[in-house]
Amino acid sequence: MAGNSGLNDLVGSAAGAGARSSTGSASSAGSGSSAGSGLAPVGVLALQGDYREHADVLRSFGADVITVRRPSELAQVSGLVIPGGESSVIDKLSRMFGLADPLTEAIAAGLPVYGTCAGLIMLADTVLDGIEGQQSLGGLDIAVRRNAFGSQKESFEVDIDIPALGAPAVHAVFIRAPVVEQVGERASILGALDDGRVIAVEQGNLLGTSFHPEMTDDYRFHRRFYDRVLSVGFHS
Amino acid sequence: MTDSTPTSSVGSSRVKRGLAEMLKGGVIMDVVNAEQARIAEDAGAVAVMALERVPADIRSQGGVARMSDPDLIDGIISAVSIPVMAKARIGHFVEAQILQALDVDYIDESEVLSPADYVNHIDKWNFTVPFVCGATNLGEALRRINEGAAMIRSKGEAGTGDVSEATKHIRKILGEIRALSSMAPDELYVASKELQAPYELVVEIAETGKLPVVLFTAGGVATPADAAMMMQLGADGVFVGSGVFKSGDPAARAAAIVKATTFYDDPQVIAEASRGLGEAMVGINVADLAAPHRLSERGW
Repeated sequence: MAGNSGLNDLVGSAAGAGARSSTGSASSAGSGSSAGSGLAPVGVLALQGDYREHADVLRSFGADVITVRRPSELAQVSGLVIPGGESSVIDKLSRMFGLADPLTEAIAAGLPVYGTCAGLIMLADTVLDGIEGQQSLGGLDIAVRRNAFGSQKESFEVDIDIPALGAPAVHAVFIRAPVVEQVGERASILGALDDGRVIAVEQGNLLGTSFHPEMTDDYRFHRRFYDRVLSVGFHS
Repeated sequence: MTDSTPTSSVGSSRVKRGLAEMLKGGVIMDVVNAEQARIAEDAGAVAVMALERVPADIRSQGGVARMSDPDLIDGIISAVSIPVMAKARIGHFVEAQILQALDVDYIDESEVLSPADYVNHIDKWNFTVPFVCGATNLGEALRRINEGAAMIRSKGEAGTGDVSEATKHIRKILGEIRALSSMAPDELYVASKELQAPYELVVEIAETGKLPVVLFTAGGVATPADAAMMMQLGADGVFVGSGVFKSGDPAARAAAIVKATTFYDDPQVIAEASRGLGEAMVGINVADLAAPHRLSERGW
């Protein structure tokens, strides 16, 4: 998926973002990382779910944001948010439209990805309680349980201390949310509920939360993801 | 399970409206039993709507249409892992209490069923479970939101397979929002009076240019092209009622409508999705329906 689509993509982002990405396009297509001022756009997976809200958060950082529904769009991005939504639907559509394999490859190659709720499920190596045949992209060395709190009646909001983000506590909104039931050696815990259930994890360039910062005004998780995007300078 | 949740708030507006946010870009399908619910989930529905009879059958069989049997709803809840919605009659707060007790994820206070109260809608603030309500125009949508609805769907004309009313209602709602956005502040008082909607909500719409809740469309969507058209008109997602399970090949049609909803702006994908689906549901032209048989006129 690298070659042609990578070139297209730099041309596309130069047109879209103007001066910011126009400098590096001719030469950096084949050369890989650290394009300096020519940072590729950040993507939001837009198969289903609250992708517009994530795009708005990233744009508030000044990022050039594109929606991703096709492999050619994925090939352009320097980072990706997988939004909240229905994980079984996002899984199905990602395989149906040929996105799942390139996504798995990009994650393995170091693409920074932030998944919220359904996005966390998509990033988990193991999904407990999936629908028949449900798959995930994997990447995070964790096992996640879908709808871990029960029906919508049990959806809730609560303040949670996230040591890696410092004070104040994060106001977390859980909507039919998953929890991380097992955390493997390679993943590290960023946050847990008072009862110990894990709801935020990180592993290399991957970040996942059970809850939805995009539904609040506290964008520190997105900032953490975006800082990673800027420092990694990923090119497919 | 509930007890282990730490000191926190359930049933807040943010949490209620939030589930609808997660359904955006998706298709919610009417189902009458567990088998249909599984077909819908397999096809990529983001949620299913449990009801006793699909609107086309309610229309042809007549009589009073009510909330489903709790056994049917339980069967559907245990058959799928996606959210399960269920319909209560307009104003029938006890049906709604029952549906909340059954652990449905969303209640549709629906004009498709026979109204139980011709004056009042349900006071939806009294519930932990969120509600979706139908609307034919912005004033109606805002009255429902004022009563606590956490999601709105334009009504269309259910059970017809004729998309023209859905088109009319989504255009009307979004058009009235655009009109508010262009008004001077001192014009909003009269706008509130004319819309018969609370002034505070009218001001909020004028400022933000959108509803404070998710807006789906419903009522007559029968093909992938219908679904994509609703999305292009500005809906956040679609409800498909009789359109799936009254067609020749429900599984294929359901999957095709899901694809067309995601790629609503890509005619190539919609064209592919539209191939070989067999018979669409037999339609009824809304223009041929006598006024008393128009479901969209229920609710006020």
